[in-house]
Amino acid sequence: MSDSTAVANGAAGAETQHAHPPYQRHHFETVDQQFDATNFAMWLFLLTEIMFFGGLFTAYLIMRNWYYPAFVEASHQLNIGWGTANTAVLIVSSFTMAMGVWSAEMRKKGLLMLFLGLTWILGMMFLGIKSIEYTEKWEKHHVPGLNWSDATFLNPASDPEVFKEYHDKPLPPDMAEKTEMYFFLYFAMTGMHALHMIIGISILTFMFVRAKAGAYTTGHVTYVENFGLYWHFVDIVWIFLFPLLYLISRY
Amino acid sequence: MSAATIITLPDQSTATIPKMNFLSKENGLLSWLLTGDHKRIATLYLISITFFFFIGGALAGMIRLELLTPQSDLVAADTYNKLFTMHGVIMVFLFLVPSVPATIGNFVIPMMVGARDLALPKINLLSWYLYIVAGCMMIWTMASGGVDTGWTFTTPLSTHYLNTHVISTGLAIFVAGFSSIFTGLNFIVTIHKMRAPGMTLFRLPLFVWSNYAASILIVLGTPVLAITLVLIVLERTVGIGVFDPAKGGDPILFQHLFWFYSHPAVYIMILPGFGVISEVISTFSRKRVFGYTAVAFSSVAIAVFGFFVWAHHMFIMGISNYAALVFSLLTMLVAVPSAIKIFNWAFTLYKGSITFETPMLYAFGFMGLFTIGGLTGVFLGATGTDIHLTETYFIVAHFHFVMVGGMLMAFLSGIHFWWPKWTGRMYPEKISQLAAVVTFIGFNFTFFPQFILGMLGMPRRYAAYPPEFQVLNVFSTAGATILGVGYLLPILYLTWSLKYGEIAGDNPWQATGLEWQTQSPPLTENFPVIPIVDHEAYDYEWLARQQQKEVASVG
Repeated sequence: MSDSTAVANGAAGAETQHAHPPYQRHHFETVDQQFDATNFAMWLFLLTEIMFFGGLFTAYLIMRNWYYPAFVEASHQLNIGWGTANTAVLIVSSFTMAMGVWSAEMRKKGLLMLFLGLTWILGMMFLGIKSIEYTEKWEKHHVPGLNWSDATFLNPASDPEVFKEYHDKPLPPDMAEKTEMYFFLYFAMTGMHALHMIIGISILTFMFVRAKAGAYTTGHVTYVENFGLYWHFVDIVWIFLFPLLYLISRY
Repeated sequence: MSAATIITLPDQSTATIPKMNFLSKENGLLSWLLTGDHKRIATLYLISITFFFFIGGALAGMIRLELLTPQSDLVAADTYNKLFTMHGVIMVFLFLVPSVPATIGNFVIPMMVGARDLALPKINLLSWYLYIVAGCMMIWTMASGGVDTGWTFTTPLSTHYLNTHVISTGLAIFVAGFSSIFTGLNFIVTIHKMRAPGMTLFRLPLFVWSNYAASILIVLGTPVLAITLVLIVLERTVGIGVFDPAKGGDPILFQHLFWFYSHPAVYIMILPGFGVISEVISTFSRKRVFGYTAVAFSSVAIAVFGFFVWAHHMFIMGISNYAALVFSLLTMLVAVPSAIKIFNWAFTLYKGSITFETPMLYAFGFMGLFTIGGLTGVFLGATGTDIHLTETYFIVAHFHFVMVGGMLMAFLSGIHFWWPKWTGRMYPEKISQLAAVVTFIGFNFTFFPQFILGMLGMPRRYAAYPPEFQVLNVFSTAGATILGVGYLLPILYLTWSLKYGEIAGDNPWQATGLEWQTQSPPLTENFPVIPIVDHEAYDYEWLARQQQKEVASVG
């Protein structure tokens, strides 16, 4: 089962049954088996990720049912403009990532680097916008546990910018304090999502360097493809977070 | 199967340890620490879980010693709380969950399906390193004062009322959880994608089926525990209030999320044990497992039902009566596939040619003890009796019968069964049989009195108890001493056998699994040529034919 060097020059597509491209690991019988197995493993990993976020979503649904008025009013504090922009940024980044996978399959090194770079930039843009939003929360004392006050919800008129748009009524004190729960979940869910983005961007950086060295354009696209799955998954999580957190009173 | 896969005849008297095997291939510490070989990683796991088993066991010994007398005199009540908490955490997360899958499963599953390695060898190694990180965090926790929440981390106790190392323990379990996720994921991929030609799903040994079912539970359940522990840690660090009633959160939600993992975790722990028992019972009664398909599907059924019974841990915690009713009913359902297994093993024994080698003795121990453990589980699944029995020693006895009497017996059975394959050497037969019997006796002495104690109303998790319970507690502690000897013996003679044991040969038990058709210890790549499978699992006639053919062709 020694690695054959006959196909080292990017001729992997034409390999015969007995010639093994250099990227085939010794314990796999064929390249197809290797691809199938790693791809399947990635899907399983994403399944565990769904269960991981699932715990938070369960908590969210229960709390939202109990404290609906507080959740509505608290959600008005989020900036739908920024949220929509971020959704757009992520959807575009999913497109560039998909194009990156395509470029790797087509063995276009330049294009692959371009699309990986674009995805990296869009990912950073998302985090940038997110940090603007987080900063705003901090300034308004809406960071539970660290910098918290429910004054805005006891007296919505004290926040003219939001009041102008929604004309929220003051919440009774016992409901107003439940807005803290909304922000707990807001920070837990978007924070966990942002953590996944940061991990994704770190891997993208690594992949960009490897792509520059020509690692993914010799027929071995598994790594790019599996990372693409991860990236799309993180996007999809946001696609759920956006309506659940930003658009509570809009439908 | 092609004749090429059988390398030598199982002639024990002239057997030698093959020069080339996975143990001898490379030397040096780095060749172990950076290995991708599933057999070496399994060996690393075996050493590490044994280490934690003895730490957990020592803690159990202290608990039993404290309970020898009604007063809390050996240790203070606080220390006692820490002892049973760390005993639970270490035994559950660092021993029972990885015990059979990460050691025996890691070692034999690739060989059983006819593959050269698990699908993802690097992830397998990463899994072991995560385990070690989790273990180090646990040791740090112990050294710096311990944790006393009970292994269930009940909120708000764990978040508001205790000031021990909940955070480091929580993170340790988080890391250990990912270690087991990676093992489970690897198994599922391997079983789906790495099977040898001709190895259909229904030709797989039942050990593979039960580990597959356990892996599904690991992959779906563990992440929920992970996020729950993250929320606990966040509650303690930045005051996030999802489980805090004062902030509108709900401690019952914690219970739901925790038991959504921790009930399936019971099956994560026991299912691989079922697999071992299927292999051992079949091999030592020379019969195909009775109702192979039913046993295979009962594993899957346990995995499915296992996800819908978690609230039976919460009957007294304020869930609605209707929910309790439904969960009680569903709990009874799990008894059905478990019973299918026990009955099928019994029918496998029926009219079989039974021999009483050590693995078989442990397997018999398993069948008896697991049956008691399982049936007392039905007591606890019934809402009426549960309200009387829960949080008493009855529960302690029940899950120790399942986890220790069941799983640990199965683990030891498996270790004794595959030891000759693993090391190429036999252990001394008589003394190992003695150890199996001593374990069985010691176990019953330790835990049977606890059923009675629980019936009488002795609550669990207290350092002191009314004097009228002392007689039974003395029984239990005395039994624990015997049990300790039972566990110490295998360590001694198995270590001894590494150097002085008789050479086992390739297939000392005349078993049919593919792992027995290769040399002992196996080659790093398991098989010189990937076998082509043309027979069902446990086909002893195939094995006999195979040997006749070998005899004819050799001479």
